[in-house]
Amino acid sequence: MNKIKSYFQSNRILRNYGGVLIALIGLFALFSILSPFFLNTNNLLTVLSQVSIIAIMAFGMTFVLMIGEIDLSVGSIAAVSSLVLGMSLASGIPGMVAVIIALIAGGIAGFVNGMVGAKLNIPSFIVTVATMGIFRGVGYALTDSRPVPIDNEFILAIGNGKLFDIVPYTVIIMVILLVVFQVLLGKTRFGRRAKMSGGNKTAAEYVGIDTKKLQVKIFMISGVAAAVSGIILASRLYSSQPNVAEGYELDAIAAAVLGGTSLSGGYGTVIGTFIGAIIMGVINNGMNLMRLPYFYQLIVKGLIIIVAVYLDVRNKKRILGSKGD
Amino acid sequence: MSRILKMNGIRKVFPGVVALDNVDISLEAGKVHGLLGENGAGKSTLMKVLSGAYQPDAGTIELYGEEVKIDNVLDAKSLGISIIYQELSLSRNMTVAENIYALNEPVKFGMIDDDELNEKTKKLLSSLSIDIRPDVLVGELSIANQQMVEIAKALSLDPKIVIMDEPTSALSSKETELLFSIIRKLKKEGKSIIYISHRMEEIFEITDYVSVLRDGQYIGTVETEKTDVDELIDMMVGRKMEEFYPEKKFKYTDDRDLLKVVNYNKEGYYHDINLSVKPGEILGIYGLMGSGRTEIIQGIFGILDKESGEMYIDDNKVKVDSPKDAIDNGIAYVTENRKDEGLVLTAGLHENMTIANLDGILGKHKLLDDKKEKRLAKDYVDSLGIKTPSVYQIVNKLSGGNQQKVVLSKWFEINPKILILDEPTRGIDVGAKFQIYKLMLELAEKGVGIIMISSELPEVINMSDRLLVVRNNSIIQELDSSKTNQEEIMKYITGN
Repeated sequence: MNKIKSYFQSNRILRNYGGVLIALIGLFALFSILSPFFLNTNNLLTVLSQVSIIAIMAFGMTFVLMIGEIDLSVGSIAAVSSLVLGMSLASGIPGMVAVIIALIAGGIAGFVNGMVGAKLNIPSFIVTVATMGIFRGVGYALTDSRPVPIDNEFILAIGNGKLFDIVPYTVIIMVILLVVFQVLLGKTRFGRRAKMSGGNKTAAEYVGIDTKKLQVKIFMISGVAAAVSGIILASRLYSSQPNVAEGYELDAIAAAVLGGTSLSGGYGTVIGTFIGAIIMGVINNGMNLMRLPYFYQLIVKGLIIIVAVYLDVRNKKRILGSKGD
Repeated sequence: MSRILKMNGIRKVFPGVVALDNVDISLEAGKVHGLLGENGAGKSTLMKVLSGAYQPDAGTIELYGEEVKIDNVLDAKSLGISIIYQELSLSRNMTVAENIYALNEPVKFGMIDDDELNEKTKKLLSSLSIDIRPDVLVGELSIANQQMVEIAKALSLDPKIVIMDEPTSALSSKETELLFSIIRKLKKEGKSIIYISHRMEEIFEITDYVSVLRDGQYIGTVETEKTDVDELIDMMVGRKMEEFYPEKKFKYTDDRDLLKVVNYNKEGYYHDINLSVKPGEILGIYGLMGSGRTEIIQGIFGILDKESGEMYIDDNKVKVDSPKDAIDNGIAYVTENRKDEGLVLTAGLHENMTIANLDGILGKHKLLDDKKEKRLAKDYVDSLGIKTPSVYQIVNKLSGGNQQKVVLSKWFEINPKILILDEPTRGIDVGAKFQIYKLMLELAEKGVGIIMISSELPEVINMSDRLLVVRNNSIIQELDSSKTNQEEIMKYITGN
């Protein structure tokens, strides 16, 4: 047992992701036993596709949590971006351009979150609780509370189409973003500065890192990621609606924390978040296949969040444990 | 001579390291027993065993001749053992009184009696001649005063044995004297003190006996009166240290000013600051806590941005309004507080070392190169002698001296022209101190200009070429270090 333990500790990949991977494999095994429909290519691809919306939001959230902040407005940003998309399409703007406009909308929302928090020194929790309502309110106002139907083929393909009729485009988009964000967070100077800033803001400032600018950029990343989720959502619903994505922010946070991102900053990976999102998706899917009533799913989801946070606290204690002397 | 305490054959093992191996120590009533040892020697571990924070893997503890089991901190407290930690354990958002009597508040009709609480605290503080109000928030006190509150808190339970771990590291000489008078009072009351310190002057001033630990082993106990510095260092380090301070074998010949600060002013923080540093020169800055010496440095580094004044580097006027400007101009700043300001404790050595100059470890496509980073970290670990199991080790687990070396590595990475060191050897043992002094001289020999703030007079006199005395947020005197002495400096400090 100790030999296995020490192998785990020495291999860096296993050390970082071992826990969640074991959980994932365990769940796969469990649901394969509990339902014959689970371990089926089609079903698994469907799970990945369903998970994509939260996962992409959670990728952005990973960056925010990394610097010790939080973004509760991502659900609202997704909604507003989807509305901007729908309205752009409705006024005749071609698909790709409408997508870009929607992404810009997400970026602007993130910019607001970042600027207000950094410049006015207001905790991001408060800022994004406020913008959560403001952005959604703007959404309702823009469309007079009415859904906007979408019939643009390109847009509809994003959320519903499949490459070679097998791999959903949503999964492809998710994987591409996974790679892009993982590299951004793990291998660039920007990502390293974010990590160190989250670990000790003062030390980061003393080393010349502009933590305020960093905060703005990171909230913009979160905003754009939420916008991508909003676009996919609109595509799958065949319409833009002002009341979508309510509560998604908590799922995004849960996915990130489950995947090893620390709520207090300085620790986390995008790959881990991805696995965390899949775990949540698998549990949802498994429970659906077992025909469990929805309220069971709610309870389980809540329990997952507690487990995730407990693991985060325990992990932190281990890392920051007493030194020898 | 009544023996109050006897610890026999204490053994404590952590994964991968034997922290204590068969350690004995005994304590007599009314005596002060010093505990010496390098970082990692096991002093704090031994005291944590005594105070109930750790359980020993082997060995016994006898109190008044009877064997006792100290399973937790409350056990220790009820046995009359109190410990004052080096890291303050106060809650900054609560008042002095609330902190001192936490878990022991006077209660009336089921609610905390604040008046009684403050009264009790006032009595305790004045019995110790500590001049602090009981209703002030701890967070608003200076570090020195926080330390005094920590001391009062430990004494509030009227302990028989008081353990003090580096109690003076945050205190000025005035408060240190106060602490010593408190210790003498406790001695008269028959209480016993275990005193851990790196400061030899203190060991010789206040202790009756000294025990030395090295690498978890008990080396021996001597009577303070009958020993000297050389013998103690020999016991601590296992070899004779010729001097505390390495010899400066070169003389800088470049007469230009590497750094020149002219008339820096910031209302309330620093006034009329004029200083210069030549290549290869070590400029010392000495002042008591609260004199404004750190503020002056933070002004130079761009943290406390100046209101007026100019800076010249190599005779070129430069704009330094932020840490980034300072770093771009080749100025490095090793802060006083490595844990709060100098390190990301949750990150590894490699990440801490490279953060000030990430451009240096770029590889393909402008992405960070893991191999380059590992090699860089390894180079520093080897050249600075950092004790660590791997370059990826989380720095929180390193000892103080090794942590300081990580911070130094970080700043060496930017190839500084000017290196500012604020208390570079605080909380660091003799052996590591010497290494850091040597590093400073090596850098100076390469032409780096060094500014060193220190509150240890011997250190600042011995290491610097020139010395600035700071009082009331301004520089009151510049001295030639080779021609001055402690008494002269103290005269300036006290305003004579």
